[in-house]
Order: sequence, then structure tokens, then C-alpha cells
Amino acid sequence: MQASDLQIWIVIVVLGIGTYLIRWSFLGALGDRDLPGWVLRMLRYTPVAVLPALVAPLVMWPAATGGAPDPARLAAATATVAVGVLTKNVMLAILAGGITLFGLLYVLG
Amino acid sequence: MDADGASARALARSPAGAFRHGVVQSLPFLVVILPFATLFGVVATEAGLDIAQVLGFSVLVLAGASQFTAVQLLSDHAPTIIVILSALAVNLRMAMYSASLLPWLRDASAPQKAWVAYALIDQSYALSIQHYERHQALSVPQRLAYFAGTATVLCLPWIVFTWVGATVGQAIPEEIALDFAMPITFLAMIAPMLRTPAHLAACFVAIVAALAFAGLPSGLGLLIAAPLGMATGAVVEARAEGRGA
Repeated sequence: MQASDLQIWIVIVVLGIGTYLIRWSFLGALGDRDLPGWVLRMLRYTPVAVLPALVAPLVMWPAATGGAPDPARLAAATATVAVGVLTKNVMLAILAGGITLFGLLYVLG
Repeated sequence: MDADGASARALARSPAGAFRHGVVQSLPFLVVILPFATLFGVVATEAGLDIAQVLGFSVLVLAGASQFTAVQLLSDHAPTIIVILSALAVNLRMAMYSASLLPWLRDASAPQKAWVAYALIDQSYALSIQHYERHQALSVPQRLAYFAGTATVLCLPWIVFTWVGATVGQAIPEEIALDFAMPITFLAMIAPMLRTPAHLAACFVAIVAALAFAGLPSGLGLLIAAPLGMATGAVVEARAEGRGA
């Protein structure tokens, strides 16, 4: 990683403070103020929008292959999602993805 | 099990008993939290963070998905502001948790609320809100003690096993394909969230937009794709409710 120590610490501290303020918001400062319905709706979909947007390019164009789509990594991604959707179990899904990846990397050399 | 009996027991507990109850009910979640924390330590170390930085994340941020997000974007050389905004966006849902706990903890002192806020993670929230709603007559000290029990079991091991992972990570040889540990972890977190058509739509739009904007400077595509996905989820949900009404 090229990120400097300073950049990493800035991220840690600002993210820490920001996350704390989000958690403290209603318990601490905002009290009973009602959020508009559309804000609550948007909040509900943050993880399911942010995480896929983050991961999609990593799956399609992995850095490890210089950005070329890679059968082993695509298959591992598919296996992870399939097991995750079917079992709703995060650790099983990770396991399925890991086994697929290392299995295929071994087989495909 | 009869609910009234369970409720009578919950209401009769001393704060210490409520604390132990919270501890016991949180233990099953360790099956997920321990490996997940270890993985964060390993991945963050592989990305070049030193142990102090890895622990800094787990102590000061204490939020798995956003910690992974920040480390991923840092290793993509994204600008600091984009790293912070993206990782904060992952945590916005916690504002909902804060709002939904308030009616139950309104009479707690300001320092007590400040501690609850620090330890407010997905699992401590989910356990506590279920407990409060099921046993509505609990006193505030009983509620706080139960929450403290869940927080102790869920948050301390997160920090300790992050450290374990960082230590282990330094011993893992370079050749092992750990580059893909992070994408697999994210996918595994996302899959169980796809419960409704609105969640699916949000996810789908976010993916398409992220791929379409992948050519933009690193991290920028995410800042466009994520709000598009969020708006899609909100619109689909509003439509579904409109039809149901």
C-alpha cells in the first residue's frame, strides 16, 4: 500500500469520530426529532448499495491479475454469493468462496 | 417455553443478572465475530497497516464493514476524503439504531448513553431491541445491564481477535492469494442482506453503476453508484408500500 501513515491515521481518527457521532446522534443530540420517511428509506439501503458498488469492480477486474477478468476469482465470487443467499450464513459463504478460489487456482495452475 | 415465565424471570433479574443474560445470549454470535475480526487483522496487515493502525481501526471505529471498506479504498490509493465518506456511508444505518433505542433508554444518564453509542454495533443492537420489545416492563438499569452484557461479549473479542489476525497476517507468505479475501468477505456480507425486491434492486443498480463508472478516479465511481443504489431501494420500497396500501 502506498498510503502514508499520516493518511491512514487521519482516516482512522476521522472515521472513528464520524461513526461515533452517527451512533450517538439520536441517543445524544437529536432526541425525538423525527426523520423524514425518505431519509429513513435511504438509510435502510446504505449497506446493500455501498458494499456491492465497492466490490463489483474488484470482482470483474482483480488487481492481482493486472485487471484481467479471472475465471477462478469470478467462480469464487459466484460461489460466495450463492451460498450466502441460500444459507444466510456469512462464514459459510466466505468458506465456500475461499475453497472455490484456492481449489481453482490449484487446478488451473 | 411460555413467554410469561420468561418475562417474569427477565423482570426479576438484578442488573448483574441482566448483564449475565446479555452475555449468554451474545455468545453464539462469536462464531461469526471471531473469524471475521481475525480476517480483518490479516487483510489489513496484508494491505500494509501496522499493528497500531489495525488496532486503531477496531478500537476507534469498531464497525466491521466500514473498516474493510476503508482498508480496501486505502489500498486503491483513493483520496482521503473519499475513503472517509465511503466508510461513513456504510455506517449510516446506525443512526436508525440510535433512533430506535432512544425510547427505551431515554432516562439513562448522558454518560450511559455515550457508552451505549460507542458499543452500538449490528449484533448488540439486534439483541437488545428484541429483548426490550419482548420484556417491555424492564427498568432502565436492567436494559443498560443487558446491553452492557452483549457489548462486552461482542466488542472486546472484536478488538482482541483483530490483534490476533494482525499478528497471524505477518506470518502468512506472500504467495497466498489473499488479494481476494476482501471481495469474498464483502460478497458474503451482502448476500444475506438481499431479503426483499427493494434490496435486490438497490444492489443491482449499485453494481451496474459501479462497473459503468469504474473508469473514474479511484473511489469516485463508488460515491456516484452508492447513492443511485440507495435511491433505487427507497423508490422500490415506496412503490411496494403504495401497492400494498
